[in-house]
Parts: sequence; C-alpha cells; structure tokens
Amino acid sequence: MNNLTIKKAKEGLLDNKFSSVDLTRACLLQIKNTEGKLNAFVTVTDDKALEQARKADQQISHEPQATSYKPLLGIPIAIKDNFSTKGIRTTASSKVLDDYIPPFDATVVKKLKDAGAVILGKTNMDAWAHGSSTETSDYGATKNPWNTNYLPGGSSGGSAASVAANQCIAAIGSETAGSIRQPSSWCGVVGLKPTYGRVSRYGVIAMGSSLDSPGPITKTVEDSALILEVLAGKDELDATTSPKEILQYSKNLDKSVKDLKIGISSQYFIKGIDKEVEGSIKAAIKKFESLGAKIEEIKLFEPKYAIDVYTIIQRSEVSSNLARYDGIRYGFDRTKFQEEAKRRIMFGTYALSSGYYDQYYNNAQRVRTVIIKDFEKAFEKVDIIIAPTSPSLALPVGSTKDVSMFGEIADVLVEPSSIAGLCGINIPVGFSKSHLPIGMQIIGPQFSEQLVLSVAHQYELNTQNESWRKREPGL
Amino acid sequence: MKINISHIAKLANLFLLPNEKTKLEMQLEETIDYVNELNQIDTKNIEPTSQVTGLENITRDDLAKPSLSQDDALSNAKSKHNGFFKVNAVFKDYE
Repeated sequence: MNNLTIKKAKEGLLDNKFSSVDLTRACLLQIKNTEGKLNAFVTVTDDKALEQARKADQQISHEPQATSYKPLLGIPIAIKDNFSTKGIRTTASSKVLDDYIPPFDATVVKKLKDAGAVILGKTNMDAWAHGSSTETSDYGATKNPWNTNYLPGGSSGGSAASVAANQCIAAIGSETAGSIRQPSSWCGVVGLKPTYGRVSRYGVIAMGSSLDSPGPITKTVEDSALILEVLAGKDELDATTSPKEILQYSKNLDKSVKDLKIGISSQYFIKGIDKEVEGSIKAAIKKFESLGAKIEEIKLFEPKYAIDVYTIIQRSEVSSNLARYDGIRYGFDRTKFQEEAKRRIMFGTYALSSGYYDQYYNNAQRVRTVIIKDFEKAFEKVDIIIAPTSPSLALPVGSTKDVSMFGEIADVLVEPSSIAGLCGINIPVGFSKSHLPIGMQIIGPQFSEQLVLSVAHQYELNTQNESWRKREPGL
Repeated sequence: MKINISHIAKLANLFLLPNEKTKLEMQLEETIDYVNELNQIDTKNIEPTSQVTGLENITRDDLAKPSLSQDDALSNAKSKHNGFFKVNAVFKDYE
C-alpha cells in the first residue's frame, strides 16, 4: 500500500481498509528494503512516525470527520532535509549541520503537522541545495530508482527518488531554480514549483532568498494540488509571502483544455537537447492539440542568459546566507564546507565585493526585469507555456565531478521562470528506450497554480491508460 | 582578469589550502568569463528587480511575543557559560 497516492490512501484510511500505522509501516519497510540502493534519506524517524500514525488512527476512529479539516491525517510524507524540524536532525546534507537539532518547525512543517501528516524522515539533497544531482551531498549521492547507475537530479533528489520508489506517499522539496522540477523529471514524478511567495520560506535553510520556493513532489497532479492547499498562504514569519487568496486547488482540476492557448518556444528546444526528450514533449503537445488546445509558437528571451543571471543572483545570495554558519550557536565551523559550497560562496563574495556589486549583482537584477517583462508579454498572447523540463535524461552517477557550473547549466530550461518568480510543474510524459523517465514542464504566470495544475491534470487524465504509466522501478 | 583569491577568501571567512586556492581561482575565472556574456544585453534605463511579486513595505506590529526559551536557544551551542553563548574574544588586547 506504500505505492498509493494520497487520494487513495485517504480513501483506504476512511473505509477502514488499513490504518495509518499499517501505511506507515509499509513505507518504513520499503525504505528499509531499498535504502541500501537509493540513499534517499539522511534521517529516518521510525519511532516518531509510528507514534504520529497511532495518534492519527485514534483520531480517525473517534472522529472520522477530522479528515475534512486535517486533509493529510495519517498520510506518511518525507521532507527534504533543509526544512527545520523541531527535535529532528536537520543537516541540509552538509556536515556543517551534522548534529543540528532545530528547536522550532519551519512553517511548511508546522502546516503539514497541523494537517495530520506523518513525517517519515528527512530526505537527501545536494549539500545546501547547491546542485542538480544530489551528488554533492555530504552523506553520499542518492541514486535514481529507475536505474541506480544514474543520478536522480537535484537538489531535491532524495524527495523525488523516494516518491518514485514508493518509500513514501508524497514528499516535500524546495526549488531555487529547478530543484523540484528537474529531479521530478529525472525520477518520473510530479513536482510543483509554486510562485515565489505562495509558500512560506520560514525555517527553510536559505539558499537564494529572492528565489527559494518550497513545494510538493507527488505521484499525481491531484496530490500536488492537495498539498499546495495545505502549504500555501501568507505567513507573518516570511514577509515575502503573498496575501492572495488560497484556492481549493484540488477541487477545480476538471476544466477542459479546449481553446486553451499553449505557447511553445523553439528556444526551449535548445541545441544538444536529447532527441527522445524532444520527441516526447512534441508528442505531448500534439496530445493537447487533439484535446482542443490552440498551440502558438512564441519567441522568448534566450534561456542561456538566464544561466548567467541565475548564477550571479543565486551565488551572491548564497554567500550572504551562508555567512551565518560560524559554529557558535549551532553546527560546526566553516572548515566543514565542501567544494561546491566554497565555490559558490567565493563567487558570490566576489560578485558582491566593493567595486563589483553594480557590474554583477545589480546588472543581473536588471536583466531579471527584462526576463519578467518578456514573460509578461508572452502571457498576453498565451495562457501557459509548455517546454521540456530538462534538456537531458538522467545522467550517469559521477557526471558532476569537477564541473564548476554543473547545476546552473543543467537547469537552463527552468531558470528563466524561477528568476521571474513564476509557477511551474513537471509531469511525466513517458520513458526513453533506455527506460529513463522523461518530464515536461507547464509554466504559468505568477499565482496561476490553479490553471497550471488543471492543465497538468487534464494531461494525466487523458493519458492514464498509456502502457508506460504501469511501469514500476525494478528495485 | 586577475582575482585576488586570498582577499576574497578573507571576506568570505573561508580557510583555503594552497591547492584549493589554485583550483578555485581557475574555476572562478571560468565562471566570470561565462557570466560576462550578460554584457551583451542592453540594460540601460532598466530598473533592477529584487522582489518579483512586487510586495513593498511589509510590516507587522512591533509586539513582544513568546519565543524560544533560553535553554532551547542554547540547545545546539557547543560552548556555553552561565546560560550564554561562549565565543572567542573579539578584542585581543582588552584587559
């Protein structure tokens, strides 16, 4: 039953087919049986999870209607290790925080607990979320469940691999530029990057503060919508959260795509793109056309410049955010930073240093304005944009060694929308001949999560009988 | 272009070994060359964006609220004294 979606698991719990303890045990057993191959977790919290599951079972039996105001009651969820969890070790996959036990919960974690979720543990990631491979984790790389000689992507690689391998019912990730969508693409799961400010960053170990967006990684679009309902909203503890209304995302997914205007940009089918990825995305676009959507070719700002903007902004903000780690209040001192963190801190420090601020950071923020305006113009013509999530399939383990901008270059197709603070979702669209997943992204304007989710759901619904959907990782 | 790697490391409060300095210097120059591509974009008369959703002047009432207890706040400190964080002296010659 660990392979269930949230929706199915909720039904089973309510119908007394199984208990949350059964469900949690099934997930913990799958973790135990597959962790040796995957390394998706930094910390598994068996006892705490079972205790939460027992409490959930009690509540469900005494008060079944509790599931209406606790939408995740009894559902086992994995959380990326950069979310502060009260009383549970939180490392961001860096040895600097090897023994750090936060005395408080991130807002996202608090909301999950309030919604009744059972926390299975903390998932592996690129250290400090610096990367797109999960290979820079100080606790060893996570492996792709579809082929353990391949990388899961990153930085939320542990969360994506864990969902794909059915170690959990759903997981939480965070994206600065690509860190939810890209590993979801490489692992064949659904990953939603909400609009910047839709979900609170409070208690998330900060990477690029003007970009960081927490979001769900799930087996279906419906589950993604359900988690977003729980996580979204204004938070007094994060001044950048939006006061905009939280919609009932999961209840409004049925809108047909007839006459929907979908923008396609040839610049996103970049030189060197994997031919099977290109073919699958084009076939998915045809599918939308057959469902009555209107496809329009649009011209977008060259994504390659987004690599430059993103590298400068993110590394500058990284150098500032990581300045606080001095080993005095918690964690260890700065000698424990590894190569990738040092590389990013050094570049960021250089870019922000006296005499260079305007040339680098400020100039990148000006180009950011250009990118925002470019998307605004595009969304006057089309409702959403469809593109490949990653130009490649999952890459082999070891691919990042000594590549100084691996993450930034791998994420070229998700960086422009992240820089502009837009929302986007990765959904699986098939497999390569080599049995690796292929993902497609749907990008919408800021705060258009409802539209993006419903378009993604329509694709899922209209391809649900395709044979590739029945595949399971052979672990 | 030449970068003063030791100066940057000092600003970043990072201790680097000589071989790390050599490698990082090379990679830093590589990255700077790469991002200099941005100079091809005309950004004259364009305002920089730092807050993408346009929120401005978000404030809240300045009220004292329950917070972490002293014990909780100190719970991860490796070095403490009488309920305080213990740190190295800032002024070395202070008597």
